[in-house]
Amino acid sequence: MTEQQVAIPPSQEVAEAGHAAPETTTGVSNTKLAMWLFLSSDCLFFGAFISAYLFYRSRSQAGPKPQDVYNIPFTSVTSFVLLMSSLTMVLALAAIMRGDYRRLRIWLLATALFGATFIGGQVFEFTEFYRQGLTLHKNLFGSTFFVLTGLHGAHVTAGIIWLLSLWGLAAQGRLTAGDSEKVEIAGLYWHFVDVVWIVIFTVVYLIPH
Amino acid sequence: MTTVQDVVRAPARRLGVLRRPQATTGFWSWFTTIDHKKIGIMYATTAVTFLVIGGVEALLLRLQLAGPNGNLMTAAQYNELFTMHGTTMVFLMGMPLAVGVANYLIPLQIGARDVAFPRLNAFGYWGFLMGGLFIYSSFFIGGSAPNGGWFGYTPLTSTPLDRGFLPGHGPDFWAVGLIMLGIASTTSAINFIVTILNLRAPGMTLMRMPVFTWMMLVTAFLTLFAMPIITAALIMVYFDRNFGTNFFQPAAGGDPLLYQHLFWLFGHPEVYILILPGMGIVSEILPVFSRKPLFGYAVVVFSGIAIGFIGWGVWAHHMFATGLGPVAISAFGLSTMVIAVPTGVKIFNWLATVYRGAVRLKTAMLFALGFIAMFTLGGLSGVLHSVVPADTQQTDTYFVVAHFHYVLFGGLVFALFGGFYYWFPKLYGRFLDERLGQVNFWTMLIGFNLTFFPMHFVGLLGMPRRTYRYDSGLGWDFMNLLETIGAFIIAFSVLVFLVNAIVSRRRGTPSGHDPWDARTLEWSTPSPPPMYNFAEIPQVESRDDYWHHKYTEDESGHAVRLPSGAAVAVEERTAGGGDDGHGDGHGEGHGIHMPSPSYFPFILALGLPVLGYAAVFQLIWLVPLGALPLLFGMYAWAIEPQTE
Repeated sequence: MTEQQVAIPPSQEVAEAGHAAPETTTGVSNTKLAMWLFLSSDCLFFGAFISAYLFYRSRSQAGPKPQDVYNIPFTSVTSFVLLMSSLTMVLALAAIMRGDYRRLRIWLLATALFGATFIGGQVFEFTEFYRQGLTLHKNLFGSTFFVLTGLHGAHVTAGIIWLLSLWGLAAQGRLTAGDSEKVEIAGLYWHFVDVVWIVIFTVVYLIPH
Repeated sequence: MTTVQDVVRAPARRLGVLRRPQATTGFWSWFTTIDHKKIGIMYATTAVTFLVIGGVEALLLRLQLAGPNGNLMTAAQYNELFTMHGTTMVFLMGMPLAVGVANYLIPLQIGARDVAFPRLNAFGYWGFLMGGLFIYSSFFIGGSAPNGGWFGYTPLTSTPLDRGFLPGHGPDFWAVGLIMLGIASTTSAINFIVTILNLRAPGMTLMRMPVFTWMMLVTAFLTLFAMPIITAALIMVYFDRNFGTNFFQPAAGGDPLLYQHLFWLFGHPEVYILILPGMGIVSEILPVFSRKPLFGYAVVVFSGIAIGFIGWGVWAHHMFATGLGPVAISAFGLSTMVIAVPTGVKIFNWLATVYRGAVRLKTAMLFALGFIAMFTLGGLSGVLHSVVPADTQQTDTYFVVAHFHYVLFGGLVFALFGGFYYWFPKLYGRFLDERLGQVNFWTMLIGFNLTFFPMHFVGLLGMPRRTYRYDSGLGWDFMNLLETIGAFIIAFSVLVFLVNAIVSRRRGTPSGHDPWDARTLEWSTPSPPPMYNFAEIPQVESRDDYWHHKYTEDESGHAVRLPSGAAVAVEERTAGGGDDGHGDGHGEGHGIHMPSPSYFPFILALGLPVLGYAAVFQLIWLVPLGALPLLFGMYAWAIEPQTE
């Protein structure tokens, strides 16, 4: 049992009223614990789609097959951009904890832009695959690939909207050092989406068929 | 935990979009409330309404089957009714009713003033209500209610509408509606876990928590990990039907069994999501009405946790007839036998709790004892299913119907009714009538067994499930008639309960705050509890803390009531009954800042069914209409301070 008291950053409600940190029984703030729980749940959501993809690998009755459409160098670049956005996310959190609001705004915006670059790459990739004849309906590869990566893309998009919302608050000066946990929690989500992509990229693109 | 609420509020910054609702009473306050007790009552009332609706569906099914060659309804109508009966009882009655009871009780049992996320809690309720109304609206629009069974096996449900085996939009409503309900129950699961882990009163260590709270913690984790799996499966079904994907289309190489794996990987933990709250409730009732502590508290708790873990490794016993191969079925047969062990351990613990206790056979206790007996019968027929050859014989017969009604009705529903009689005085400060309660219990016990026990026999005689009529001369006629009569006795019993609840709420015998001489913290506050629950957050020193404030032991181990002065002092301390004397102004709840009511959980939830209709009928223009309340609610919620 984790009953010991741990120094914790101020939680949302209390930071707004400008008071000291509340004590929770575990020492982890409520919102952060809730985000960890949500992410653990989301793992199983992606897990189901990744399992479906693996289960149906090489069982497509018709082409195009993965090796016909994949452009690994291109996807590697967009994946790299998404990974770098995790770095800028960390820099944004470090900035707000220092009270450096100018850099906070820069890094939040950079993270959102990197994410948007990734989504742009995904849109390009989907269009390209569609031109080559791969659709949701065409074969099992198309069904499992588009739904899995599409849902991941939806997660990234939600993250971008979240980051831009935080950036908007920061631009109005309404995101201050006391709110650093808000950035931290958005960061947890963002890193999670990144980690899921590492798994998808490895399982879906890199493992040879 | 006292520091959060005790802080003197700084002048509020205006951040809300709408003027903050203030009222905590009156009709409209129900739409804005974030009080866990009110939300608990809303959950329970709505779920009992769905219990009645699902019950009426069951009665219609039983009327159709009362005799051979029934002609009350068509096969299509029968399909809709049994699908909606199952869907209602699992997702709209069982889960939310347990969530409602837990909503009311968990903060009171752990010495907290509310749940960790009061507005998210309200959203969970509204999401559940919207999801339920959404699914039921399919009776009026869309050509057909869900008609592919509560399990929605593919490719029956996943085949697109134009090539459809199933008429109408029923399976779309079913898939989209269950996704909505999944969102709602995931938020409530997260809320419960954070509340239980983080908001416990000082001294309320995990192993001092009441067993009901413990079981809800396990249940919440199961919900958290089970719902995303069915959500994924439902998305695949929805895409197969509407966007031409091939997840479960055998012609394109898709495998319908993948759906069964995903569904039961959710579906079996779901069984424990339904039964663990019931186990928690009887673990509260039995000690109080036996005047003994729960026998083997730690073992009961760890058995619950063990069930939570092993529950993930038994799903394929729902699929023994699908040809999984000898290794898989042997493994799952064994794991199914293993999970019976912690369940059996619990049953012996409950029996040992009652053994040589000063038993008071109040209605709550009768239902708890009824639970043990009926659930054990259901458990025994369950173990039979771990024997694969027997299971293969029984698959899709009425034997299975008998089994799961014994565990879910004889288990969960009996426990819930016991919980109603036990905690009703806490909610309203009045008893449910005992005489009506006895009628309620005995008619339910008789009606239940009359309905479901013969199903074992007709099942073994080969009567298949989900069939809408049967010929005479198969030896099923008399037992089916008995089952129908039993179903109406159950209906009478539920009616007695409803009358009892409605009458007793206003005119029942006043109960005082601790009518059962109970053991746990919720009874240390007034009945009904004030909005802030505890005037002063209690200091917990032991398991069954409240009991130990009332009683001590003499040399021979018998309970001796402490001098009344001490007990009154306890009640003052915990219930705020004193005129003050604390010097901190908390004697009557002054200076306690509770979260303020909010419109936004309701507004946010309003967006869900609109998006649902957009998805079912593929209406693009409806998407912005649904996204608007969703986004507005979300942003307004985010910038609105929790307390104002």
